[in-house]
Amino acid sequence: MKDFEYEQPQSLAEAVQLVQEHQGAARLLAGGTDLIDQVRMGRYQPDYVIDIKKIPELNVLEHSSEGLRIGAAVPCYKIYGDKEIVKQYSALTDSCTIIGGTQIQSRASVGGNLCNSGPAGDSIPSLIALDATCVIAGSQGERTVPVADFCTGPGKNVLKPGELLVELRFPARPAHSSSHFRRFIPRNEMDIAVVSVGASVVLDDKGETIVSARIALGAVGPKVINAVEAADALAGQPVNEDSIQKAAEIAISLATPITDMRGTKEYRLHLTGVLTKRVLLKAIERAKA
Amino acid sequence: MAKKRIVTAEVNGKTEEFLCQPRQTLSEVLRDVLNLTGTKEGCNNGNCGACTVIMDGMPVNSCLVLAVEADGSKIETIEGLAEGETLHPIQTSFLENAGLQCGICTPGLIMSVKTLLDSNPDPSEEEIRFYLAGNLCRCTGYDKVVRAVQDAASKCQSGS
Repeated sequence: MKDFEYEQPQSLAEAVQLVQEHQGAARLLAGGTDLIDQVRMGRYQPDYVIDIKKIPELNVLEHSSEGLRIGAAVPCYKIYGDKEIVKQYSALTDSCTIIGGTQIQSRASVGGNLCNSGPAGDSIPSLIALDATCVIAGSQGERTVPVADFCTGPGKNVLKPGELLVELRFPARPAHSSSHFRRFIPRNEMDIAVVSVGASVVLDDKGETIVSARIALGAVGPKVINAVEAADALAGQPVNEDSIQKAAEIAISLATPITDMRGTKEYRLHLTGVLTKRVLLKAIERAKA
Repeated sequence: MAKKRIVTAEVNGKTEEFLCQPRQTLSEVLRDVLNLTGTKEGCNNGNCGACTVIMDGMPVNSCLVLAVEADGSKIETIEGLAEGETLHPIQTSFLENAGLQCGICTPGLIMSVKTLLDSNPDPSEEEIRFYLAGNLCRCTGYDKVVRAVQDAASKCQSGS
């Protein structure tokens, strides 16, 4: 592996200073499950690796009536190990249980998954479905960006040189709501999504009408697609096959997949419809429970 | 060349102090510096699980951990499992159920199984297969591994 210096800041201020000082020459290390392989393969050749997982702000894991806060370095296992998060933010825990295998989940963070900004990143559709916001720190202080606007292309995002992701904030979940994430892969685990879908729904108190929804589509475009039109078509509609079918058809029209080793464009479009329906049905089932 | 770091970690119950470069992984240091060659290097990219060790109670791919990150941590490897000449019940179960053939995946599998049974002493077959998805075995076809884990679970529970 390429030679590099290792820094382990203990505070956010120290980290921001290091990131500023070494911008362009540093990569940030949280769980390392992507970074260490990327450095080994030569995709990144940092002179400095800055280990950010000792910083208290990046390890926050807190839920209250205000919502949920997850520090950018919190590993997956801590997220699905929290019963309240499993219940309230189900799509996110669905994602965290299938990011890599058990060993990966011991280390990999949702913040890192988002910052890698892969079109097939397993946490990203769930973050968008749950309307998460990124808190970003830089020398000018903090700024916030909705996760839906964070990624700009494969491996690209709005982080400027000298900035780092601090935490993800989620609004509190309304009553009669739930969410789900599902991906299609040829085996049951340890693979990259051919297509993935995350969705959340809010139902009325009788569970008969969809009040609002959010849908995000993974691996069918240069970045995860926030399928606003598909989700908005569900608002005010009765909970039935017809409403869900229409949303799935709109989702297909929003997908812009390519043909590659994991599947053809046609196959991915078909899967987008199938998964959108299944994910919505599961989210509705959970919301009614 | 980045200067070497002094890292102190508890490895198999013993405090170890070693020198390493920041770019060296935990698997490299375990094998080449501490001479604990029971931990195997397979794919070296986090897919196969052959290098699985337990770090602060959690299973990790040691090829995806920098050795400097291990400073202050508690590491368990396959070498720490048996007590003298007495094998750990998981090891005995793998032997008795032929849960291995070539053996390269075995140290990693056994360390994963240990964390599985520590957190879930009586796992279902599905839970076993899902938990061990990050440990690839190209010989056994997994069925014998699953049987070995089920046997180990009952051995651990009965305390034998």
